[in-house]
This record gives sequence, structure tokens and C-alpha cells, in this order.
Amino acid sequence: MQASKKAVLTLQDGTTFKGYSFGYEGPAAGEVVFNTAMTGYPESLTDPSYEGQILVTTFPQLGNYGVPPSGGEDTLQDHYEGSRIHCRAIIAQDYAFHHSHWLADRSLAQWLKEEKIPGIYGIDTRALTKHLRQHGSMLGKISIEGYPEVDFYDPNAENLIALTSCKEAVVYNEFGEAPAPLTLPLAPDVKGRKTVVLVDCGIKHNIIRCLVRRGVRVVRVPWDYDFTGLPYDGLFISNGPGNPDFATVTVENIRKAMERKTPICGICMGNQLLAKAATAKTYKLKYGHRSHNQPVRRAGTNQCFVTSQNHGFAVDTNTLPEDWEALFINMNDGTNEGIRHRSLPFFSAQFHPEASSGPRDTEFLFDEFIALL
Amino acid sequence: MEKINKVLLLGSGALKIGEAGEFDYSGAQALKALREEGVQTVLINPNIATVQTSDGMADKIYFLPVTPYFVERVIEKERPDGILLAFGGQTALNCGVELETSGVLERYRVRVLGTPVRAIMDTEDRELFVERLNEIGVNTIKSDAVESVEDALRVANELGYPVIVRAAYALGGLGSGFCDNDTELAALVEKALSFSPQVLVEKSLKGWKEVEYEVVRDRFDNCITVCNMENFDPLGIHTGESIVVAPSQTLSNDDYHFLRSIAIKIVRHVGIVGECNVQYAYDPASMDYRVIEVNARLSRSSALASKATGYPLAFVAAKLALGYGLFDLRNSVTQCTSAFFEPALDYVVVKIPRWDLGKFHGVDRHIGSSMKSVGEVMAIGRTFEEAIQKGLRMIGQGMHGFVENKELSIEDLDRALSEPTDRRIFAIAKAMTHGYSVDRIHELTKIDRWFLYKLRNIIDTSAELEKFNSPDDLPEPLFRLAKQQGFSDFQIARSIYKEVLNKDTDLCMSAVRTRRKELGILPVVKQIDTLAAEYPAATNYLYLTYNGTTNDVDYKGDHRSVVVLGSGAYRIGSSVEFDWCSVNALLTARKEGYRSVMINYNPETVSTDYDICDRLYFDELTYERVMDILELENPHGVILSVGGQIPNNLATRLDAAHVNILGTSATSIDRAEDRHKFSAMLDTLGIDQPRWRELTDFDDIEEFVAEVGFPVLVRPSYVLSGAAMNVCANDDELHRFLKLAANVSKKHPVVVSQFIQNAKEIEMDAVAENGEIKAYAISEHIEFAGVHSGDATIQFPPQKLYVETMRRIKKVSAKIARELNISGPFNIQFLAKNNDIKVIECNLRASRSFPFVSKVLKINFIDLATRIMLGQHVEKPSKSAFDLDYVGVKASQFSFSRLGGADPVLGVDMASTGEVGCLGDDTNEAVLKALLAVGMRIPHRAVLLSTGTAKQKADMLDAAHLLHKAGLTIYATGGTCQYLNENGIPAVRVYWPSTPDQQPQAIDLLHNKQVDLVVNMPKNFTGTELSNGQKIRRAAVDLNIPLLTNPRLATAFIRAFTALPVDDIEIKSWDEY
Repeated sequence: MQASKKAVLTLQDGTTFKGYSFGYEGPAAGEVVFNTAMTGYPESLTDPSYEGQILVTTFPQLGNYGVPPSGGEDTLQDHYEGSRIHCRAIIAQDYAFHHSHWLADRSLAQWLKEEKIPGIYGIDTRALTKHLRQHGSMLGKISIEGYPEVDFYDPNAENLIALTSCKEAVVYNEFGEAPAPLTLPLAPDVKGRKTVVLVDCGIKHNIIRCLVRRGVRVVRVPWDYDFTGLPYDGLFISNGPGNPDFATVTVENIRKAMERKTPICGICMGNQLLAKAATAKTYKLKYGHRSHNQPVRRAGTNQCFVTSQNHGFAVDTNTLPEDWEALFINMNDGTNEGIRHRSLPFFSAQFHPEASSGPRDTEFLFDEFIALL
Repeated sequence: MEKINKVLLLGSGALKIGEAGEFDYSGAQALKALREEGVQTVLINPNIATVQTSDGMADKIYFLPVTPYFVERVIEKERPDGILLAFGGQTALNCGVELETSGVLERYRVRVLGTPVRAIMDTEDRELFVERLNEIGVNTIKSDAVESVEDALRVANELGYPVIVRAAYALGGLGSGFCDNDTELAALVEKALSFSPQVLVEKSLKGWKEVEYEVVRDRFDNCITVCNMENFDPLGIHTGESIVVAPSQTLSNDDYHFLRSIAIKIVRHVGIVGECNVQYAYDPASMDYRVIEVNARLSRSSALASKATGYPLAFVAAKLALGYGLFDLRNSVTQCTSAFFEPALDYVVVKIPRWDLGKFHGVDRHIGSSMKSVGEVMAIGRTFEEAIQKGLRMIGQGMHGFVENKELSIEDLDRALSEPTDRRIFAIAKAMTHGYSVDRIHELTKIDRWFLYKLRNIIDTSAELEKFNSPDDLPEPLFRLAKQQGFSDFQIARSIYKEVLNKDTDLCMSAVRTRRKELGILPVVKQIDTLAAEYPAATNYLYLTYNGTTNDVDYKGDHRSVVVLGSGAYRIGSSVEFDWCSVNALLTARKEGYRSVMINYNPETVSTDYDICDRLYFDELTYERVMDILELENPHGVILSVGGQIPNNLATRLDAAHVNILGTSATSIDRAEDRHKFSAMLDTLGIDQPRWRELTDFDDIEEFVAEVGFPVLVRPSYVLSGAAMNVCANDDELHRFLKLAANVSKKHPVVVSQFIQNAKEIEMDAVAENGEIKAYAISEHIEFAGVHSGDATIQFPPQKLYVETMRRIKKVSAKIARELNISGPFNIQFLAKNNDIKVIECNLRASRSFPFVSKVLKINFIDLATRIMLGQHVEKPSKSAFDLDYVGVKASQFSFSRLGGADPVLGVDMASTGEVGCLGDDTNEAVLKALLAVGMRIPHRAVLLSTGTAKQKADMLDAAHLLHKAGLTIYATGGTCQYLNENGIPAVRVYWPSTPDQQPQAIDLLHNKQVDLVVNMPKNFTGTELSNGQKIRRAAVDLNIPLLTNPRLATAFIRAFTALPVDDIEIKSWDEY
């Protein structure tokens, strides 16, 4: 038998779930959310949108294929979606103490220990999921046998966007060898390379990869950076954690950018911020959408897509002004999955076309954006 | 979208290896979908035991062979607007392709619904397939299509050995295999070319992972992958022969979605409308892959995926074929979300094949690229350990899980690991207990280490358990861990009690169970809801697990439910017929106002379709698990008599636990099952039976044989190898059989019975209420006794029984029913010779022939029986209901072509894998339809006869005359040829393989396709006779030439096709009789 320490998850409403520790041995607190994806724990753990959250995986076996090596740079990882683990803890039914995959260079347990993130197994995650579904996402904390307890922590009270956004601008696919000043007027190189300003609200690295792969010059700027004075061909607003209400600065900047009428695209938080810039409202979902199997339909068509999602807030379609319309609709609960301007090249998706983790069926949206530039 | 009013659906015919119950399930779902749309349905399927051919499933049902000839004639009569080809396996698909290419469909303006034939051909023809996938840059296995042995050798030498050979247009990998050198290749290619005009030779990728995706596409180009699956056994073993896990366990997110995207790309490019399966070989050390094959139809894997996820693939595919989009359809589990989605599983599913190789003489036990398994089970758990241990119990081969089994004797463990047989999983257990490391086992098996580590966990836990000697000493966490890893109470009892267990099993087991309950270690019930609890689901699809703390469902405790125990894995002797019985019991229970509850674990069945009952427990049929469920359900009662032998065997123990067994009492069941009690009862009632004795040493056996005379039927209680029963005609055979095959001792007695030759065998299927027979069906075997009743050809109503025999059978049956106070279904087998009848067997449960007689009579015996078991009083059907002016014939389907090396001769042990039942205005018509439906073909050129003993030769003389008159050339071996010539029938003499110098050689005739029917009967059981005959029989099977080995059946077939030209067969649906 594994000599694992006992661990307890206590929810805000007093409910407890008992299991065993397999990761870092120490307490943790955050908002407890569940994800029904069957693969992709390294991607989820490093996804900044999970900042401050305790992740419950409904798939019962965790850690099967270990963890891929940390490769690339902090600003663009090879196999991760961020430069560190953003989840506060991870919870599963069962943990695979022996992993097996050619790419893995360590186990999930080792990685969690390195990053000081607790992991618990032996929990009825289906019962826990049903509890969260019925009562809504709630705060929770983890205590491990022999370690002091901590207080509940509410990540939604904090500006998580500011916490996870980059602190200074980074350029990918730079025109020349040396970095150029951002304000330099655009002088497309021989390849006709376009420039996209990418607003980092807590970005998943695969968004950067998807843009870079399409040959555009990407100027990644912090969430509150005033990019309105920069020269660019298109604007891209990233995903990010928490409540969109914290990003008033970003919304203001987007609103200004809309006057330029150059193409704008957004993903997830980007969808919510674009909607806010268009004066629409957002609201918190009871327990959010976190899975790889969310069906969306392109409004007014027979085209449907399976999408990867991770969000707790949504755009209220009814509050969209006249010149905007829904672009995608969730086929399960009818919630908004994207918006577009009726005449200008502005659109966004609530789901993740960059996937990672999850299905890649909507990556074509990047092509649609690039085609507009 | 043009309005479709009438649709023809092709079934898959008899169950065979590679094409089994999964197509009853998919066809039944398709019919349901069509009826929901108000479309008229016409079904062609000769498999009378299926649920889909039941009253009310289709508007018109034709029990006819699924061949282009008969399908065209049905089309001519019915004039359907559309045809569905994807729901009847390879049989329906091949038939549809032929109808399309020959222009029949166009001529009658029948539209192929769903995936177009063009797309089917693109996926079936290997060269087209590679070409189409090349167009979109998808990797396939480098292979060359060849049409001769010479070309195959050339290609193989270019590619380098090992190579794999596949036959195009073949189901379940028929004619496929691996070759390491020229000799092996030449032999295999010749065989494969006899099934298929084209054979593919390709580089072997042994050791790569095998992964599949089930993809659905609608006509609007929307795609989803419903499920992916990973084979525990790496590439090299047919997916039907592999342990399969869903969803994949060792693929990362990148792996999973990389392969998923390619699958969707393929399905879009090929233009599938409906369901499709994409199989990959995947490099375990990179992201390199090859597409192995694409199945443009519902398949075994899709049935498994449906059960594994709760997503009704066949139902949805049928709707899409009618023109719907996925967005039009609801998720039938949640009822509130869209059918356009991909199920998220919060459990692990393990499928394990069920083999019956032990039943065949001479069969090669190795498993590989061609299918040999006859059924499968699906186990659900919340850890891999839990699921695999459940599954290993479910396959029903005497194993208790992965560990704590009877020690397996394996000579060369390394070889048992590297050259897989049906028992490899247990070789792994043995290797682990003998100290083999995971790495070493991985080297030998190439099974992914992840699976091996998980198995290692089970071994480690069992070692921990073995340190204790009493359940009271067992620490709670260890006890719980063992249950979470799928240990049964029996396994735990064996690990702690060791040898003590054998002394008082019941006591030890109950001590474990009691202690477990005291500790509060109880299983919980979880739902399969397709969305991992993300949305509320009112689903009744359930399983039990120890990896959880709360139940998903509430229990009313109102005693208004009826639990029906199903039949488990399909195997030789227990198959779709019990699924039909189970389904009908469920339907009647529901109709009578009870909540119907099913327990079963066979993914190929309709009874495990969650909308057929009020609650489905997809779980074990062990005493332990059944009691777990009954304790939760608190039902009105339990029905044990419709699921074959597995539930029947639980009767005594459930009764002892005070379970309300509906119908005939457990005491009566025991009186019929226990040979001694039953025999004594017959003696008291004055009913005759063949003389028998249970004996423990040779002297006693010889003494008994001296009394009754040869031949005798010998049934050892412990079998070393080969079949469990044998008929011995002389001392020599008796000794050889007992020495080679069995082990006679006090502990392992042998039952020896008198064997009556040339006796008729008669079946009595009946339903009784409080000992009074309410409905009955007497049917007769065409073959004489000696052919297992499951292999025999049966006609009903009997055409050649004396009235007096019938009267006596009725009388004896009534006596037995009264004595055992039967309430419910039962079956008695009789021998009859000159009006003397003897009882050979009695089962107080539904028998294999219940659906056949119910459908021929048009009286549902299970409905009657269930009503009786629920305590209702039923009226006897009127006498005229038993007076039929047509005949039903049930014929058996054999799968010898799959079982390399097995002697395709029939005996007292059952060998068939399926059956058909056809109706006709007379015996000839019914026999002809039935035999054509199991793959017989009418000979047009020549027949090879070797007709065994003098008696058999005489029996066959009339038939030989008919063949001659029909203008067929007769080739015959020595004795037969002489006999025919003496009786004025010209025959050409051919020679046995034992005299290779003489010409012409019988075998050559077969290889040169000079004969199109082989009739071959073994004269006796001597070595040369068997070996000569076996070579001929085996060659006929391997070269796909129809073979008959019984004189009475051969005569019936010859008589039928010489008397009745096929064109004169009337095309009548079931309701027209």
C-alpha cells in the first residue's frame, strides 16, 4: 500500500471529502471547480484561467502519462500553457503512482511537489461534482495530516488578470534580428508580415503559438497597457481568469481601438471584454463550463463544433447593442459562445479555438482573423 | 430531403465469430429510430433468435438469407424507397455493394441511405483506401494488393519480414495473419485468396499501440468522435481479440486530439453519413501513426462504444441516414442536452473477449490478427484495477479475477508472454508472482507499462492480504483498497484463509462478507450519464463501484420491481437466444406494472440497452454482486429462468439467502440439475432414461460398459485438454480418451452413459403453471442423436414423428412438470426409437430453442412464462394455435474457418456459434432456406463424397442418386466410390492424403476448385481415418467450400435443392405464414 498522508477537502458550506495526499504536502485554498475533460492535466494546471482555483477532475484516473519536460522559455513554453502551475490544488478519484509516456520526464506528483501544489486522490469526484453542480462553484480548502490549516480564499475578490498578465511587452516573430521599438511605424518586411497586438489577460501559450504559426508578428502587451497608440494590423484579446469586471482599463482601451475599425478578435475573457466594450453585460454562471465537449452552433447556420471551454462568467446576449449579434450559441444551455459586429471586423469566441487541451475543431477562427488583416 | 416511406434493413444473419450479437443491437436501434419517424420498415434477417426479428420490431420480417439473390427478390416484392446497409455488419455491407454494382438498386429505385456505396468501396478496397487517404496526406500502412502467391512473395521480400497478410472484403480479419518467411506466406496467401480475390501484404508494426475512434458525421458535415478506445494488447492482435479500454489511458492530450483530428479529416474526406470507425497503429515512442482501417458501418467497436458511453450510436446513425442533422437530435440520456457532443466518461471501461477454444480438437490457441473469440464482456469501474478484475470474473472461465486463481500450469512463461494465447493475461499474473519486473514483461509483451503497473498494484495488494489469516485482523484501509481494486469477497477469502477455504467455502465467504459490512465497506451505485455529472441526468444506466462514497440513485423499497438476471458473455451454448428471452421477460414485467430491472454485462446485447428496462445494472452476475444489488433494490422477486445457465446456477444460494425466486422453486431446480436426484425421480415416476453411472476407476467403468455395451458417452468431471465429452465405440477409444483427455479419480469421477445409436432426438419446450403445462412445442432433430442439440438442425412442428411418440412425450413431460411443480419455462430432451422414449436432460429454464418455437408458433412462450412467474393465471392457447400448415427449420452456423486447425466434425460437444430459423411451406423449402442462410451453396459442378460406415453409405445412397440425376459429377474416395458404382451410380475415384502417390488426390480437387460441395463423414475414430478425414474437412473449410459431415443433414439438403429450384422458393414474410 502507498504510505500516503490523509488529506481533507473542506467546502465553504461545511461539506468534507476525505482522501490521501500525493502532491505537495501543505495546505491550500481557492475556489473549487470541476472539469470533465479526460486528458490534458498538464495544460489545465498551467492554464492561467485556473488561477486561484482548486481543480477537480471528473475523469477518475490522474497522472497516467506523467508530465512533459519544461521546454522553451517562460514567455513561450513548449508543452505548457503558462510558465507555472496556476491551480491551487488538484483533486481526483485515483492517482497513477507509475506513469508511462515517451515524452514525460517526471511524474505529476514530482511536478506538484516542485511547484508546491497539493494533490489529493481517493475522493468521490463524481459526488463532489454533483455537489458543485447543485450548489454552484464554492470556496474550499485542503488540509493535510500534520500540517496547519489555512483560511478560505476567494480568488474572485481579487484582480486575477493583473496577477497573471505579463508585466512587460514581448514580441514574437520580430521583423528583424534585433528587437524594434513598439512604436516604430509598421514597415512590413519582404514577407508582408502583419502585426497583431495581443492583450495578455492571463494568456494560454497556445494562443501565441497559433498566431506565431500563422506568420504574424505578435506584440504581447500587459492587460493594462495602452496599446491604442501603437501601430498594428489587428488586435487580439486573450483569455484570462476570474471576473471581467476587474479589467475596466482593458475595456476602455478596446473601446478606443474599435474606433480604428481594424480587425479585433477575442477568446474567452477576450469575448467578455469585447462585449463589455460594446456595452453588453456579463454575469457569473452557476458552475461554469469546464470541459472538452461543449457543443456550439454558429448562429443562423447548421454548423456545429465541439469546443474546449473553461469559464465561469458569460456574456448576456440580450444586452448586446443593435449593431452586434451572437456569433456562436451553446447547444446545451443556450448561453452565449461568441459575438460579432454586424458590419465591422470584430468578433470573439467564448470557447477556446486554440484548444490545448481539448478538440481542435475551431482553430480555423485564427485563419478567419488573419484573413481579415 | 425527399420523403422516405419504406426502408429495407439488412441484418447480419447467424451469429458467427467476427459478426455476433452487436448487430442485433444496432439493427434493433435503427428499427426503433425509423419507427419513431413513422417510416415503414422491412427487415431481412434469418436469425430467428434475435430481438430485432421479434413481433412489432419491424413492419415486415423476412427470415431469409442476406444474399443478393434473396434481397433482390424481397426488393422486387416490397419496393422500398431506401435501404440501410450499415447495421448488419460485413454481411449486409457486402450484399449492398453487390446490389449496387449489379444495378439492382438503381433498377428498383432504391436509395442507399446514410453513407453512400462509393464511400463504402473507398474504405473496403485497400488500394482505393490508401489512395483516398494519400489525397489528404494521411499515413496508411505501406502495403501492396496482390492477386497471386508469386506476387505476394515478391512484395514480402521487398518489404522485409515480418509481414501481415489481409484479405480484402473480409470480416473480422478472416484469412489474415503474420508471416515470418516464404513458406508461411505462401500457405496463408493461398488460403486468403479463396475468400477474397485480393490479398494485401504489408509491413508488420507489431508492438505499436492500437487506438480507435468512433466518429459520427451528418450530411451537414458536422462531426463528433463519440469515444476513443485503446487496446491493452498492442498491434498484432485483432481488436476483437484484444482487451480494450475506453477511453484511452496512456494517450496525452496531444496524442488524443492529434488522432481525433485525423479521424474527423478522414471521415469528412470519405463522405460518411452516419457512423464510422477509424483504427490506428500508434508509435509508443513518438507521434508517428498509421491508419489501419476505416469501417464505414456500425461495428463491434461501435456497439462497445455505445455501451461504454451511453451514446446510442446506431439510433443516431439511423436518424442521420434519414437526413437529420446532429443538431436536430437530443442526448437521449440527459434529455435536455444536444446529441451533438462528445461523451465525457468518469469511469473506466474494460472489454475482454471470451474464447471457447477448449471446445475444439486440434485448434491453435494462439491469438493474432484473425478473430477467434465468440463473445465479450464489458466491465465498468472507477479504476482500471477494479474494471479488469470484474471483467476477468465476467468472462466466466473459472477465474476469480487477476489473482487468487487456480495455479495455471505454463511450461515456458517467456513464451506464454511473447506469443499470446487466450490465457496471456493470466500468464502475466503468474510472471508477476514469480518476480518478473514490469520492464521484463513489457519487453516480452510490448503491453504499455501503465497497464502493467496497474496489474502490479493488484499483485501487491494480494501479497499484503496474504499476510493475514482472518478477516477480523485485516486493517480497514487494506480491506477497502482491495475492494477498490476489484477484489471479490472470494478472492479476499482465498488470500487470507488459503487452503482452509476449500474446507468450508461458504463459512469463510460469509465471514468476509460480514466483516466487510461491519466495517462499512460497501459498493455504491453510479450512473452512466454521458456528461460526467455536469448536467442532471435521469438515467437508469448503472454500475457498482467501491471507488465512491454516495449512491446516484434513490431506492424506494416498495417491492414493486422485478429483477431479471441476464446471460452474460455469449459463448458456445449460450447466445442471443437468451437475450431475446431476457428482453421479453423485462417487457412483460413492465407491462404487468412492475419496474423491470436488468443485470447483465454483455455489450453485444439488447437487454443491456438502457431503454429496454426501468433500471439497468451493467455489472457482474456473481452471487456477491447480485446480492449487493438485491439488498439495495428490495425487489418483489428475481427471475432466474430466462438467462441460461449462469442465473440458474445461482438458484440454491439465492434461495438460502431468502431471495424471492419467481417461478419454479430452487429445490425443484436442484432436483433437475443434480444428476443423481433427477435420475432417482425419473425412476420413481417410471420414466425411462439411458443407463448411466458415475464412476471413479477403470475397473468399474469396464464392468459398466460390459453391462450396457458400446458405444458409450463419457463425461469426465475434470478435463485436461480438448472437449469435455466423447462417444467411445470400443475399448481402444475408451482408454485413449480417458488417458489422454481426462483424469479419473475419486476426486474427479467420470459419468458413463449408454449411447443409443440411430435414435431420434426430440425437444420439448414448454411453459407450466403450478405443475400444469400451458403451452408446449415438440420439435425433432434432423440428425440422429449424437449431434449436440445446439448443433443439430431442428424442425418444428415435427414432420416425421409417430403420433404415439408425440403422445408419450406429452405424457412424460406432464408428469415431470407436475412432480417438480414447474411454474415458468422448461425444456426436456428425449431420445426416441420405435416409440420408446427416454429422457436425457431436463432444464427448468428457458432453452436455446424458445425464440425459435415462439416465433414459428406465434405464441410468445416467455411472455406466458413471465406472467405465470408473476403469479398470474394464464389460459391455455386454443388447440388450433398448435396446428400449423408450414414448417420451421433451425440450422446451425459454424465458424470453423476462424478456428485454424480445428476438426470441423460434429459431435456430442457443441461447436456452433449461431443459428438461423427459416419458414417454408414444407420441409424441403425450409431446409433449403435455412442452409443457404448459414452459408451453404447449391453445387453446380461436382460433389466430393466420402460417406463413412456401411450404414452411412446406405443412408446416403438416395441422395447420391439425386445428385447424379441433377447432372453433378460425383468424386468419391475408395469405399464410397466402389459402393456407388456397385449401386449403379457413376463416380470418379479419388485418393486420400494418406496415399499421396495415387492420382487424383482429393485435396487437389479442392485446391483447384473442381468441387463445390464436400460431404465427408468419419467412419470411426482411428488415427488414420481421423487424420485423412480431417485434412479433407479442414481443406474444405479453409478453401471456403461448403461441407456437410452428417448423412441425414446432407440427405435433407441434397433432397431440398434437387427437388426445389431456388427460383421456386416463395418470398413470404413472417406474417404471411
